[in-house]
Amino acid sequence: MKQVIFKVISNEKIAKDVFKMVMEGDTTSIACGQFVNIQIEGLYLRRPISVCEVVGDKLTIIYKVVGKGTEVMSNMTEGVELDVLTGLGNGYDLSSSGDKPLLIGGGVGVPPMYQLAKDLVAQGKKVSVILGFNKAEEIFYTDEFKALGAEVFVATVDGSVGTKGFVTDVMKTLTDYTYIYTCGPEPMLKAVYNTSTTSGQFSFEERMGCGFGACMGCSCKTKYGNKRICKEGPVLTKEEIIW
Amino acid sequence: MVNTKVTLSGLTLDNPIIPASGTFGYGYEFAELYDINILGSFSFKGTTLEPRFGNPTPRIAETPMGMINAVGLQNPGVDKVISEELPKMREVFHKKVVANISGFCVEEYVACCEKIDKEDCVGLIEINISCPNVHGGGMALGTDPEMAAEITRAVKAVTTKPVYIKLTPNVTSIVPIAKAVEAAGADGISLCNTFLGMRIDLRTKKPVIANKMGGFSGPAIFPQALRLVYQVYEAVNIPIIGIGGVSSAEDVIEMMLAGATAVQVGAQNLVDPYACKKIIEDLPAVMEKYGITDLNDIIGGAH
Repeated sequence: MKQVIFKVISNEKIAKDVFKMVMEGDTTSIACGQFVNIQIEGLYLRRPISVCEVVGDKLTIIYKVVGKGTEVMSNMTEGVELDVLTGLGNGYDLSSSGDKPLLIGGGVGVPPMYQLAKDLVAQGKKVSVILGFNKAEEIFYTDEFKALGAEVFVATVDGSVGTKGFVTDVMKTLTDYTYIYTCGPEPMLKAVYNTSTTSGQFSFEERMGCGFGACMGCSCKTKYGNKRICKEGPVLTKEEIIW
Repeated sequence: MVNTKVTLSGLTLDNPIIPASGTFGYGYEFAELYDINILGSFSFKGTTLEPRFGNPTPRIAETPMGMINAVGLQNPGVDKVISEELPKMREVFHKKVVANISGFCVEEYVACCEKIDKEDCVGLIEINISCPNVHGGGMALGTDPEMAAEITRAVKAVTTKPVYIKLTPNVTSIVPIAKAVEAAGADGISLCNTFLGMRIDLRTKKPVIANKMGGFSGPAIFPQALRLVYQVYEAVNIPIIGIGGVSSAEDVIEMMLAGATAVQVGAQNLVDPYACKKIIEDLPAVMEKYGITDLNDIIGGAH
């Protein structure tokens, strides 16, 4: 963990209620699949947001406006300085991926899949990505995933783009994958868990107090004992999950 | 040079700053960021006789200038705390710690305290009779002066170290309870635990926290905690550790003026992991600003 002052470089709307913020600062302690915890003026608790991409000293996060904190964030402009705790959570273990990993992101679970896809492609892995959204206006980053060289499938609940239905409806049509990485709302994670016998890593969300393991606010039970989503998570292996 | 040393029942602290139980774990997370040996002491995660997972999640809700938690005393149980956590804690913290002990009946407090009292690193035992997040124990025991006194007597009978009783603010009048634990032999009082509170999610129209209610803490409660310390200082002759919403060196001085000998910092550690370090570093300059050369001179100074 590191406390870093980041400067906002850009902050733009990329889909309905979804914003992409790029900021500049010390990114040295950030690993793939981790999250950052951002202090927002006027609010007491920090806001934990997953890491979408790190390039040099530039950190990209993508967040959906769901409450007061993210609403304040959406109005931030270039030059704003933010107090950010970085290097939080365990992140993804890329060594388990096999040759053909399948990445599944739903809604705001899509962003952390981007750095992961990029890193796996760089390792020469054949990456397939399923991105799930409710409807066309909520879709983001499909072109960016394609530009990485990943095979991209889109599912929308209303059928406006790609497969009509859920990410698992696409999953059922795929057979040739070695491992699963996924992030998204818990019902989606559970559906992914039940749709395939392939092993994988699942990234969870929970309301947090501190985000760095001190308050025990985000504990969960696993087959390997009690874990803190913010510290020993947010990524749990399929084998240890208790629904 | 100013003097920041204070003494709690024979235990001298380099400064009055003590991270509060449940906001500092066993110190390791914070030791990654700074040398936590600058702290006066710290109160480790609330410990019970048996292991506890605690309450279901969500356990946390935000409030204006504060937060609500309903962790429910998650801890590995006193035996594992002694065999696994304390040895690791001693690697990063070399001073005496405050052992925070909770229970559900007198016998449980006694059994837990007997074990923890044997630990060299423990300088002071803090008895939590005030946790709002567990049913049938904690706060229920701490709202009744006779029960509070009974626990105090029972724990004192099996311990050699100073015993501080951590009281709940969720009572009509704090003074009779403070007097009762003093009369029962308490060496000091930790004041106070969290205020019972709740939030409701407008989208789901249900309580945010799975436990429905939880303990409200953070800067929002500072004036209430300060008032309790002020009232209890006038009623007892044992030291008080002031707790509740402390987030700056100025707050520390205010708490001490109300009657605290030392001060615990809780929720602020969770939003700013450097909070205690900053307070300790700021303290001498703030003392000088207000013409204070020795913190011991200002304890209860507002009375």
